[in-house]
Amino acid sequence: MAAGEQALGRVRAGWQGFVWYVKAVLGEDAYQVYLDHHRRVHPGTEPMSEREFWRDKMDRQDRNPQGRCC
Amino acid sequence: MSEERPAERGPAHSRSDVLVQDPNLPPVAVDPGTLAAEERRWPPAKIALWVAIALLGGVAWSMIALVRGETINAIWFVFAAVCTYLIAYRFYSKLIENKITRPNDLRATPAEYKADGKDYHATDRRVLYGHHFAAIAGAGPLVGPVLAAQMGYLPGTLWIIFGVILAGAVQDYLVLFFSMRRGGRSLGQMAREELGVIGGTAALIATLTIMIIIVAILALVVVNALGESPWGVFSVAMTIPIALFMGVYLRFLRPGKVSEVSLIGFVLLIAAIVAGGLIAETSWGQALFTLDRTTIAWGIIIYGFIAAVLPVWLLLAPRDYLSTFMKIGTIVMLAVAIVLVRPEINVPAMSEFAGRADGPVVPGTLFPFLFVTIACGALSGFHALISSGTTPKMVHKERQTRFIGYGGMLMESFVAVMALVAALSIDRGIYFAMNSSAAATGGTVEGAVAFVNSLGLTGVNLTPEMLTSLAANVGEESVVSRTGGAPTLAVGLAQIMQGLIGGLGMMGFWYHFAIMFEALFILTAVDAGTRVARFMLQDTIGNFIPQFKDVSWRPGVWICTAIMVAGWGYILILGVTDPLGGINTFFPLFGIANQLLAAIALAVCMAIVAKQGTFKYLWVVAVPLTFAAVITITASILKIFSPDPRVGYWANNFAYRDALARGETSFGPSPDVASMEAVVRNTTVQGTLSIVFVVLTIIVILMAAIATIKSWRSGGGRSAEEPAVVSRTYAPAGLIPSPAEKELEDRWNALPVDHPHLHLFHRSH
Repeated sequence: MAAGEQALGRVRAGWQGFVWYVKAVLGEDAYQVYLDHHRRVHPGTEPMSEREFWRDKMDRQDRNPQGRCC
Repeated sequence: MSEERPAERGPAHSRSDVLVQDPNLPPVAVDPGTLAAEERRWPPAKIALWVAIALLGGVAWSMIALVRGETINAIWFVFAAVCTYLIAYRFYSKLIENKITRPNDLRATPAEYKADGKDYHATDRRVLYGHHFAAIAGAGPLVGPVLAAQMGYLPGTLWIIFGVILAGAVQDYLVLFFSMRRGGRSLGQMAREELGVIGGTAALIATLTIMIIIVAILALVVVNALGESPWGVFSVAMTIPIALFMGVYLRFLRPGKVSEVSLIGFVLLIAAIVAGGLIAETSWGQALFTLDRTTIAWGIIIYGFIAAVLPVWLLLAPRDYLSTFMKIGTIVMLAVAIVLVRPEINVPAMSEFAGRADGPVVPGTLFPFLFVTIACGALSGFHALISSGTTPKMVHKERQTRFIGYGGMLMESFVAVMALVAALSIDRGIYFAMNSSAAATGGTVEGAVAFVNSLGLTGVNLTPEMLTSLAANVGEESVVSRTGGAPTLAVGLAQIMQGLIGGLGMMGFWYHFAIMFEALFILTAVDAGTRVARFMLQDTIGNFIPQFKDVSWRPGVWICTAIMVAGWGYILILGVTDPLGGINTFFPLFGIANQLLAAIALAVCMAIVAKQGTFKYLWVVAVPLTFAAVITITASILKIFSPDPRVGYWANNFAYRDALARGETSFGPSPDVASMEAVVRNTTVQGTLSIVFVVLTIIVILMAAIATIKSWRSGGGRSAEEPAVVSRTYAPAGLIPSPAEKELEDRWNALPVDHPHLHLFHRSH
């Protein structure tokens, strides 16, 4: 019984790790990264909202295009 | 070369030697002595592991290179590649780390000292590896190896695997490291710093021209895959509304839900492929979506312009998510399928065309043309732009650059090996029928059968039924003269996958799935390439007319986009209408351009290594640079001066000109005067580009050689590195932490989040 639970726990941890990895590679954690940074460096000031952040991110990409390889 | 110079411990290094970290934090670097001791320790289990890897690799290589059976199993390619990569990564890249880059984890990376929470932020090494890989891998490693398969399996396999460990991965690693030490500066900026104004300008012009040619040839690959294919046209066209929907979803409905929208996009994409199959069977679907190649080329040109001026959020960003999702998924799928299906390959190790110049797929002898046909996957100059772009701004710790730069390129090389295996697994007769130009086959089944059987290839006996039944299985009107590599790879992948899932009935789906994902990469590359080239052009024109530097000034954006699109669009149209084929005549330019960029990147790296005073190990850069220079220059010289009209652009040009002057109305495969004039025009463009490329290469390499000799005379030079800043963070270097790294990582993880010294650095600015 305990062994089964342990195995289940491992599967769950593996799945969570996989989801974390896919999201991070796709860049979904960008807002969280920004928030963490903002709280550390500019404590007490209001960070951008999630919507504002993504708009700003896209606008920055517009101004500074990045290559994709062949 | 002489002994290492004293300047090796010049100002830049002594400065970092005296870096003192915050004593209130755990160590920010594993003690170098402990690391060295760990590496020197060889317990029996470790020895046994590496002996096993070496033995397995050795057996695999002997199966590939020495054993001459009727067939060879694809699994040996996988073993040979993986074992060689592991050994090269463990030993050769370690040598580069110890002798050339000498990373110092006491130093903060730009991601730490320039942290802004946006472009500059320390990223988990495994995540950054995925990021970097997704940015460097595209259609290139999938196309080149397929075309090079005409020479047999051995030359391509050897070059992909040994080219990457000695050249491609070295370039990627060094550019990433040097850019990181320079605050994430771009290759162009580093070229100007290291090679001076002339070298820097030549590098800039070369990069712009290369962008144009690379986008044009990639677009040509898509056009050739979609021509007269209603199924392909429908499903690839559907990617545009799907991406637009995803863009709107992310902008207005659920901002930031990237993986959710990618999953929705993926499901829609699969639906589009399935629907494409149904629609292609209806008469209205066939009437609506059967387009000839010229129409599709114009479609891509118009699309390219609109996509490059539209805001990023609407089209580029969502398609990029989709393409990353598909890229990693499909590559894993292909690897698993090859290991499970283990197809038999009955292509000779060295084919009849390895020693001849008249190969129907791409002309030219093995040396130098194999090395320009397979660019991405072995050595790709384009990667230098990525390695000096976003990645260096996200590296957490200096020692991780080996895993990300060198290791990331090994993965791309593995993709190239799998593409080669997939192309080799299809029947040789079918391979040549698909990849010989319509000028040779006449574009008909009968013509293709007659042509391929006339080549006199051993063991090849092509019948019309083989071609018609394959076409029926993959849901295409015809598979004859589907040049460009993508359709061949799609057939290979479909054959492997149908053995695993779905059988023959699913073959059409798998074929179009492969076409779709290649088209997706290429359309992203077309859009992003146009944007980057436009940005460079705006910057250059801005030196004379300042208003052009303003990237939000719409007329400037439109004019520069139009110029770049006109550049690649012109070459694309020439390629599509080329009476001699298109891919076979233009593809060498793609490879030459890419290797030229590699030569530029390696030249910059050589100048930097010389400035450091590391002359004893200069060969690590000098050898791949010399090789890249020799193949690019030899290939260009042959393309310019070869008297053989199949190889030399100008020889062909003069032959056609003379024929026109004599008043002939047909010549070679050209049936009329208009077609003859087209050949004259195309060979003029190709020949001129070859001259431009070779001149630029020679200038850049000369400048690098001068800079290197200067450094050698003075025992080194002033480094352009940014001043060292002490680090306040820690993470292990490789995929799996060593015991000492693990222990230190645990100490850091045990710190409370609000530890007063943890974020001092960030508050100080």
